Parts: sequence; structure tokens; C-alpha cells
Amino acid sequence: MIGLLIRNSWAQLRRDRAAQVLAFAVPIAFFSIFAIIFGAGGRVQNTSRVAVAVVDEAGTAKSRALVAALQADSGLKVITSAPPARRGVAAATPDTALTRAAAEQMVKTGNLPVALVLPAGIESAIGSFNGAGPRALILYDPSDPVAGRVVGGLLQRAALRASAAGGLMGLPAGGDADAMLPLRFEQRAVLGEKRESPMVAFYAAGIAVMFIMFSAAGAGGALIEETDSGTLERVLTSGLGMNGLLLGKWLYATSLGCAQITIMFVWGMLVFKLPLLQHLPGFAIMTVFTAAAASAFGLVLATLSRTRQQLAGFANLLVLSLNALGGSMFPRFLMSDTLQRISLVGFNSWALEGYLKVFWREAPLAALAPQVGALVGFTMLFLMLARRLARRWEAA
Amino acid sequence: MAVLEIRDARKSFGANRALDGLSLALREGELLGLLGPNGAGKTTLIRAISGRVKLDGGSVSLYGRVVEIGHARTDLGVVPQENALYPLLTARENLETFGKLNGLDGKRLRERTAWALEWTGLADRAKSEVRSFSGGMKRRLNLACGVLHEPKLVLLDEPTVGVDPQSREAIYDMLAALRTAGTSLLLTTHYLEEAEARCERIVIIDRGRAIAAGTLPELVTHAGLAGRRVRLSLDRPAASAPAGFALAEEGNALTATITDVAHELPGLLSRLQGAGLGVRDLEVRTASLQSVFLELTGKELRE
Repeated sequence: MIGLLIRNSWAQLRRDRAAQVLAFAVPIAFFSIFAIIFGAGGRVQNTSRVAVAVVDEAGTAKSRALVAALQADSGLKVITSAPPARRGVAAATPDTALTRAAAEQMVKTGNLPVALVLPAGIESAIGSFNGAGPRALILYDPSDPVAGRVVGGLLQRAALRASAAGGLMGLPAGGDADAMLPLRFEQRAVLGEKRESPMVAFYAAGIAVMFIMFSAAGAGGALIEETDSGTLERVLTSGLGMNGLLLGKWLYATSLGCAQITIMFVWGMLVFKLPLLQHLPGFAIMTVFTAAAASAFGLVLATLSRTRQQLAGFANLLVLSLNALGGSMFPRFLMSDTLQRISLVGFNSWALEGYLKVFWREAPLAALAPQVGALVGFTMLFLMLARRLARRWEAA
Repeated sequence: MAVLEIRDARKSFGANRALDGLSLALREGELLGLLGPNGAGKTTLIRAISGRVKLDGGSVSLYGRVVEIGHARTDLGVVPQENALYPLLTARENLETFGKLNGLDGKRLRERTAWALEWTGLADRAKSEVRSFSGGMKRRLNLACGVLHEPKLVLLDEPTVGVDPQSREAIYDMLAALRTAGTSLLLTTHYLEEAEARCERIVIIDRGRAIAAGTLPELVTHAGLAGRRVRLSLDRPAASAPAGFALAEEGNALTATITDVAHELPGLLSRLQGAGLGVRDLEVRTASLQSVFLELTGKELRE
């Protein structure tokens, strides 16, 4: 009897294409996507070099040798003059040396995770092993604390290489460990120094964006239920057309998304000291546009799906993949440049970046323009797509 | 004047011709029954009238005016086959929702909602969520949501399907009240006895065409079944049928058609006696819609 039940279940699975895809293809797709994002096959090691702005204020032969040693390091991508072709970098003009202020600004705006300043007189400290002379300064983005430590470590190797190349090695017999470093340095976070839980802002934004995408897909799924129950047919028979129907669904899901994000951030404020009140305008802007885009995305999924099961499959696959790629689970800045560029195809990357600008970088509202613009664009695109897909419900 | 007139309606879904030149007319204040087997095109026709199906050919006219797809039809009420209600909303909220969608608001909406709750017998359940209702209660509310805005014409797609006889009676009482108020009703059903007992005229459709229309006597005549059917069970099998009779049931019964029972029946019985046949039982019937339907479509009407 039990064997009969098992046989029947397999027979039903064999005849249900959607269930087969969910059971076998979706896990493979997930695995592949996550493996690519999180660096399977060691490819990430080749592409995720730590980008560091190096400011050589000493300008001596030894400091230049140190910079050269840093540039030769395969673990670093050293920027000494013009910033890489990224948007909105406030730095020196092309082909001029970076200043300390410009490098710090690059870190603050999130264009680089770390900057290294070699102050005047640093040559006396390179390879001295006695703690004498000024210290190098590492300015890092606390959202990426690993980068600062990596640069600190690789700086020692570069200092040793630079010293060895110049025949300057002279190891002392004793002394404390810090003094024995080939080059002493100090680290300073350029953001979030006064916050007790600076990473909370990152996780609040990441989780909020991911869950309103799930929520929007669920809200959009009401369309499928209404199709099954006949209320959709009844509504469409009335004066309200498909445009009105979709607009109503979208506005509802947007308001629901705004409420969800707000509740999550208020909870973050009360329990985890998230500085919500200090960033209310930016939060409001990002929340409205993010919820609008997520709701439109949910409508696309709902209009694409014929059944609730299909919707659940699409939602799981797309939402989790987009969020893995978009940085909700794993910070985008730790991904390779290629993946970071690819991740911009997901609206959630822009949303997350906008929230980080508000809560992390404390950027002015005008700095949100690229993110808001992208979210508006995505919203329009999703709404048009949903409208097109919804034609199947219109008069046949 | 015809409230609704459909001329040569044609609609195909792929190779399937759902409507194949169907024509019919509904008069003011009439209850017209649309009778047909499953897949005959009834629901497609209702959807075409309500603007949810775009005809490949032909036209739908309401009050003499050809209607277009996508235009709001507030003078039309549609009661779908499914209980198209929001289960998590209350009875009142459902009524208000569909009332607003059909152009009611303010005081008028409140008045009509109160009327609908009384009319359906759900006034004491106005604040209950619809998911807690019985099938019959949902059917009544489903009907009320379609007529709340006082349309002059109401399309009812199988309004009594799946409900118990008591609820069915209640629904027909509600429809009678609508007719008293002057509303014209077009009702699809596959319950023959309902169509026979309740509808003023009946249109029989099959394979997307109206194959007959009229009152029951007209349909009987149209099907060539006019007169009374007489069936006589014999006390022994007959080898041949006497004049005016037909053999049935392998000679165990005889049938005949007469128009005047009082004058013609005694003569029939005399002829049997003359042929030496004894009668065990006798049945006189008028042709039913069932026999008309069977005659015209060659099919039994299934649930």
C-alpha cells in the first residue's frame, strides 16, 4: 500500500513539468548562481584584488620604491593618480597625484574601500624596525574592514621588498613586535566612527530590500487568486479596466512595502540603535522608490505566472538570485568588478546602494539621484512589462 | 423593442468554434433561458455580451446600440458562474466594492447596500467574512453584487449550480422580484426543469448556434412533438402494431400521439380490444423540454 502511494507520487511528478523544474532545475540554477557570485573555481581570487588609493606625500626615492612594490603586489590594485572610470569620483584631475583629501573622499563616497597615505618623512620609517619616524595612514571604509587589514598586511610585505631592493635591511636584535614591523601604520575609519553598530545599517537595508521583493511577489499573486475565484473577471466587467486594476494592485503593494521597510527600520532604531531619525528624508525617498520598484517587479512575476506554484518558483529563484547578486547577502564591494557591474542589472543593487548612501556614507539627498533615477526607470520598465503580460486577461 | 440583440455572433478559439453564427433577442422584462449542453457556447456568449470576449464576427446590441469592447456597461449586470467574491471581506464590504466598481457611491451606495443585505437575507451577517458563509449564502450574495447598481439587463451564468433545492428556490424568488421591478434577465442553465418552469422563453443552443427559440409549446411544435404522447403497456407482446400505433419495448408496449384526449383516447382503446390486445397500464404525457432537447440536439443534457 505504501509502495502504491510512492509510485503514484512519482507518476504525478513525472506529469507535472512545473514541479519537475522546481524540484530539479531550480536547485541547480541556485547552486550555479551562488557558486559564481561567491567565487567558485578560484576565479574571484584573480579578479577581487583590493583596490587602494595610494597618496605619496613624501615623494622620495624610498617612498616611490614602496609604491612600486605595492603596485607589483598581485593582491592589490593601486591607484595613484586618476581614479578608475567610476561615476562621481571627486578626486584629482587625470594624471595628477592624488591628495590625501581626494583619497579620503573616494573612500567616503564608496568608490574605494581603502586609501593609504605615506606622509612626509616616511622614508625614515620604511624598514627601520625601530619604530622611528612617522606612520603610514590607512583610511578605510568600515563597511569593508577586511580591505583595510589586507592593505595593512600587504604594506609590510611591500616595505620589506622595497627595503631589500634598496639594500636597506638591517634587522635589530630585539625590541617590541610593533617596533619590529618594517613599516608601522595606523588605521582610521573614515565613516561610522561614532556608531555603536555600524553594520546594522547595511543589514537592515539588505534584508529589507530582499523581503519586500518577496512580499511584493506575494501581493501580486492576489491577481492569480482573483483569476481563480472569478473576481478578476467581475472587476474587469465593471468600469475599471486593466490599467486601473494594475495601478490599484501596484499602489497597494507599494504602500505595503513602505510600511514593511518602515517597521523594520523602526525596529532597527529601537533595538539596534540604527540612526533612523537622523536620516529621515533620505530614508523616506529611498523607501518610496524602492517599494515602488519592488511592487512593479512583483506584478511582473504575478502576470508571468499561471499558478501560485509557478509564482513561488519564480519568486524564489529570482528574488534570492538578485539579492545574492545585488549585495543583500554578501556585500557587492567584496565581489569582482565584473560581478559588481553585472549586479547593476538588478534594481535591488541600486536600492541597496541608495540606502547605504543614506545611512552609511551620510551622503546629501542630491547624491541619491542616480539610484532614484535607476529605480524610476526599473519601475517604468516593470509596469510596462506587467501591462503587456496582463493582456492575457483582457478580452479574448 | 429588444433589450438585447445578438446577430450572427461568431467566435473561435483555435479550431474550436465556440459561437458559430448565433443570433437571439431578449425582450424588455423577459426571463430568457439559454439552454445547452456543456461546451455549447453559453459562457462565451455571456462573456461576449459583457465585453470580455471580442467577437470574430456579428454584433451585440443593447437597447438598439451596438456595443464595443472595453466600454463600461453600467446598464448591464453580470452574475458569474463562480462565486466571484472576496472571501476575507465581509458581505457589506463585498457589496460596497462591487457597487463602487459599477458606479455607485455616497448615499446611493449605502441605500443599495442596505437593500441588498435585506434582499439576500444576510442583514444579520453583514459584518461576517464571506469565507464563513454557506454555499447558498455565497450564491445569494454573488447575485446581489451583480444587480446592486440596478442594471436594466442582468446576465446570469448558471446562478443555481451547486446549491441545495431550498437555496435554489430562494434565488428564483430573488429573480422574480427583479422581474417585477422591470429587469430583463438572460439566464444560462443546464437544469431542464428550471428552464421549463421558470423561463418565459427558451433558446436552445448547441455547437455555438441557436437551434430553436420560443416558449415550451412553440419548442415542442418546432421539434415535431406536438400533441400528447400515449403509452400503453400490454398484457402480452404484440406481433404487429394496430393502425395508429407504433410498437415499443419489443412489442410489450404501444405508443401513439393524439391531440384531444377526451375524444381520441376511447377510440384508441376500442381498436386495441378489436385487435385482441389487453392493456395493463396507460400513460398520457405532454412532450417535455427533455424530449424536445433530445430531439433537437440528439443529446441528453448532463449536469
